[in-house]
Amino acid sequence: MTEGAEHTATRSLTATAWARLTRNRTAMVSLSLILAFVVAGLAGPSLWPHDYAEVYRDYVRTPASLTPHPRDEALRPAAEDALRRARAEITEARFEGDTAHLTLEGRRALDPRTARLLERSDVFANPRVLSHSEDRRTLVLEADIVRHTFALGTDANGRDLAARILIGLRISLMIGALASVVALVIGVAYGAVAGFVGGRLDGAMMRVVDVLYALPFIFFVILLVVFFGRSVVLMFIAVGCIEWLDMARIVRGQTLSLRRREFVAAAEALGVTPTAILLRHIVPNLAGTVIVYLTLLIPKVILLESFLSFLGLGVQEPLTSLGVLIAEGAANMRNAPHMLLWPALALTALLFALNLLGDGLRDALDPKR
Amino acid sequence: MIAYALRRLLGAVPTLFVIVTAAFFLMRIAPGGPFDRERTLEAAVMENLNRTFLLDRPLWEQYLHYLGNLARGDLGPSFVYRDFSVQELLGAGLSVSMTLGLSALALAAVLGGALGSIAALYRGSWLDTAVIATATLGLTVPNFVVAPLLSLIFGVWLGWLPAGGWDGGMAPAVLPVITLALPQIAVIARLMRAAMIETLGADHIRTARAYGLSGPRVIMGHALASASLPAVSYLGPAAAALLTGSIVVETIFAIPGIGRYFVQGALNRDYTLVMGTVIVVAVFVILFNLAVDLLYALLDPRVRYD
Repeated sequence: MTEGAEHTATRSLTATAWARLTRNRTAMVSLSLILAFVVAGLAGPSLWPHDYAEVYRDYVRTPASLTPHPRDEALRPAAEDALRRARAEITEARFEGDTAHLTLEGRRALDPRTARLLERSDVFANPRVLSHSEDRRTLVLEADIVRHTFALGTDANGRDLAARILIGLRISLMIGALASVVALVIGVAYGAVAGFVGGRLDGAMMRVVDVLYALPFIFFVILLVVFFGRSVVLMFIAVGCIEWLDMARIVRGQTLSLRRREFVAAAEALGVTPTAILLRHIVPNLAGTVIVYLTLLIPKVILLESFLSFLGLGVQEPLTSLGVLIAEGAANMRNAPHMLLWPALALTALLFALNLLGDGLRDALDPKR
Repeated sequence: MIAYALRRLLGAVPTLFVIVTAAFFLMRIAPGGPFDRERTLEAAVMENLNRTFLLDRPLWEQYLHYLGNLARGDLGPSFVYRDFSVQELLGAGLSVSMTLGLSALALAAVLGGALGSIAALYRGSWLDTAVIATATLGLTVPNFVVAPLLSLIFGVWLGWLPAGGWDGGMAPAVLPVITLALPQIAVIARLMRAAMIETLGADHIRTARAYGLSGPRVIMGHALASASLPAVSYLGPAAAALLTGSIVVETIFAIPGIGRYFVQGALNRDYTLVMGTVIVVAVFVILFNLAVDLLYALLDPRVRYD
């Protein structure tokens, strides 16, 4: 840290912290990863070729692969499957490029509308009748073959897993951010008031926090969510209401020490009202601590949300979150392990990056270093 | 010290009261009841059920009735599991959850303590780095990810252990215990490492070395006890985390413990079962924190409660 010594005098605290942070390679990698996740969550669902709610009935629990489906050997079975209700036999099936030629022979006369059966399949589209024999028992059809790529496979309902992870990422990040803001506002307000006013009020307010700490909160959140319906809004309020306790304690401790600083005494001597001191002098000076704690709070919140979703108490279908996806993956892990592995990887990477960034920020903002 | 313990226990009464009250009213203002079914029951049956379970009385009367029973140690009958009292259900569930929880706690204390001490003794070496990296990973990966992954790898792919279920034996307990213990191992290893590094530089360790005691004797006989203090005080929160963690682990591994009873009870509106679980968990957390504080005084002669 010596090479920047002559600049430090003119650099603000924020700039110094930022300079320290940029030199921490782990933190920077984590930061880029988090930004990538945020971009993926915001833009991903609309850019990704598949919709998160679209069901491909022919591709249930398809493993992850970059080769487009259907495979050549799957074409004939798919055609047979689609035309099962036609009561006809496929006597000839030719597949050239993206076009399928099918010759059907029925024991009785065939309706040309039989072709529409192909439309219901996810494999074929735009079926056309090429020729219909005189006795109406032979039907020659042509249809386009639709190719889909499921980079991360599909889920138990035949929905694209990558699209679902992207939307799950969006929901998890959204709840993480919103619930953290709820926790932040309650915690900072409560802690700053307790620490600033001090005395008996401080004692009483902290006693309340102690009692709340003793409550098995996770049980109360589960009760709350079970009883009052499962909405995203309720989720982040419930989660935010638990997580403010730590924030309140940390902020109170910081406020207690800020309270005795000269600039607060100076402001008091100048006759500034307590509210103004709190808002203008105390709260801005809490920013460093609060930011560090916030980066560590977000993964906790995401974890809690995923935990509730895992238990089936989170967001509802067709929306999803990483916790829901992991729960579905756990239920299907025997025949479709990819359904567990990818969402688990996404959540773990996100939590890991957030925690490492929090550690890096703490080091960067720590004045002792 | 006994007076201190008694005072702490008395101090827990208001906390428990808040918990009971909050849980009771939260559950009752919620829509739905324990006897709501897809097919509505006959009015007379419903009336009888409500009368049996006192649901026809005003809410405050039910509340006082519940408090009265609770004071006598009666948690009431289960609303959904007919012919079972909440005590019977929780008694069976608790013994399972306790077996898992205590095994996990013991594993975490031993393994976490050992790993943390080793990391501190070989500070800066690759061993140290490996322990820290593993600990960070153990802390970050949530238990509802670890549990299905372990079940998939060791239960389904390798087939070494059952992927789920419970028969009271050793084999089905292995994976749940590991899942529960992993994050605790991580925390304890971190605490132990930091405390051990500090202790190794302390005066009494230098004195012991100066007296010519061998390295292992200094570590085992002197450093370990004082370095384990932060880890010991963490055991209280750890026990609470294990009880909460049991909700996920018991759900994934299909283990009939109290965590699963709680989730099922809440979904079924089994009022008394949910209340019972909340109370039992709260009592355990309070008792465990007290036990840890008392243990702390035994380990550190400077700590005195009076």
